[in-house]
Amino acid sequence: MEKKLTTPINDSTRETLIAGQEVLISGYIYTARDAAHKLLVDAINKKEKTPFDIKDQIVYYVGPTPARPNQVIGACGPTSSYRMDKFSPTLMENGLKIMIGKGPRSDAFTKSLVENEAVYLIAIGGLGAKLSKTVIENTKIAYNHLESEAIHRLKVINFPAIVAIDSKGNSIFK
Amino acid sequence: MYTVERNEIINTIKDMFIDSAYNLNNKLVNKFERAEKLETNKLGKSILRKIIENQVIAKTENIPLCQDTGVAVIFLEIGRQLIFSYDLEKAINTGVRKAYMDGYLRKSIVQHPLNRINTLDNTPAIIHYNYIPGKNLNIHIAPKGGGSENMSRLKMLSPSEGEEGIINFVLETIKLAGGKACPPLIVGVGIGGNFEKVALLAKQAIFRKINDSSKSLIDRNLEEKLLKKINQLDIGPMGLGGLTTALAVKVNSYPCHIASLPVAVNLQCHSARKKEVTLVGKKINNSN
Ligand code: SF4
Repeated sequence: MEKKLTTPINDSTRETLIAGQEVLISGYIYTARDAAHKLLVDAINKKEKTPFDIKDQIVYYVGPTPARPNQVIGACGPTSSYRMDKFSPTLMENGLKIMIGKGPRSDAFTKSLVENEAVYLIAIGGLGAKLSKTVIENTKIAYNHLESEAIHRLKVINFPAIVAIDSKGNSIFK
Repeated sequence: MYTVERNEIINTIKDMFIDSAYNLNNKLVNKFERAEKLETNKLGKSILRKIIENQVIAKTENIPLCQDTGVAVIFLEIGRQLIFSYDLEKAINTGVRKAYMDGYLRKSIVQHPLNRINTLDNTPAIIHYNYIPGKNLNIHIAPKGGGSENMSRLKMLSPSEGEEGIINFVLETIKLAGGKACPPLIVGVGIGGNFEKVALLAKQAIFRKINDSSKSLIDRNLEEKLLKKINQLDIGPMGLGGLTTALAVKVNSYPCHIASLPVAVNLQCHSARKKEVTLVGKKINNSN
């Protein structure tokens, strides 16, 4: 059975998540890929305000296809997470707690994740159409010029994911 | 002489890319269904089931199969009796542009690898030209995603490493890719030729029909051996374990230098979108 999670996810719930567990997320998540990560980290390094308060939030690595006029969002499956390894520690040090992507992470990432008691989830790659059905609200909030890489706030219902690295550093990747 | 009208090419290319982004080939879907029945890993089985569901949703609700609608890769086989009075490459790029603009597909191409500025229409396409006898134009297309392409590899082996060297390199590539290439995979292997030829062979291999096997006995044996060994790696759907790491292995070979044994592995993810269409040339009179 999948475990149901509603955002914001508090510390005690997050700590109960175990690598390998399937979860269903409902609530708000923020999209960001490579280019948005770079801008977020640049902003933090320059002590500027980030376009949304990343503290205790969930970031989903995705660049959707454009929505048709009658759709909330286009296809929206995860992109490979390793490309974000360089940026994630800075975000976690500033309060980001959950990241959703696909595939394994670097050792440096996992080290920072444990130090910051964060959790890494994976969604299944290539399920863009199916995952889009869980998104009920989609608001572009920053970095318009990045096109499909702009930051969106999504409201999701029962978004399926798997705990890949839990807050103790246990991982499903061999 | 014969020709194919510019508009016919533009519209055909456009339709092919849009169609491929929403509709997965039935024979491939049958492969997923068979793999789902045989898969013993619980998570792997459930992922295969979701992949099958995903393509039904894509088709019936008009949502692309995957958000990465790829770089447009095109192989043209041009009948030698065809002539074109217009810029064929431009016509093809116009078709690609229309597909990505009108088909609600993601634009994933940047102008320069270092400036990273999006071209906003997914052009230019990557086009390969070949000549064939006759008056037909065969078009093969694939929107190729970045995830599996990034995990592809090439190595110049020494001839003494032989078949074993090739097998080890392929297995190593699949292990390094893990879940990042979105398995179950179609594995394209090129052997022989030279540095640039071997990459092309591997790409052509993933364009082959999902259920065919090589006409060369050596390559066919290698395909069978590799498929078996790859599926023993326990990488499984999305790299989370299981029997289904690859659905097919395709080996394409070419003669090579006495000193070389090039090998390339091009990975195709489970969102293996592909199409082929043949346009028949129309007669033109040469009176002018
Ligand atoms: S590797 Fe394939 S299935 Fe996975 S995200 Fe990329 S295009 Fe989609």
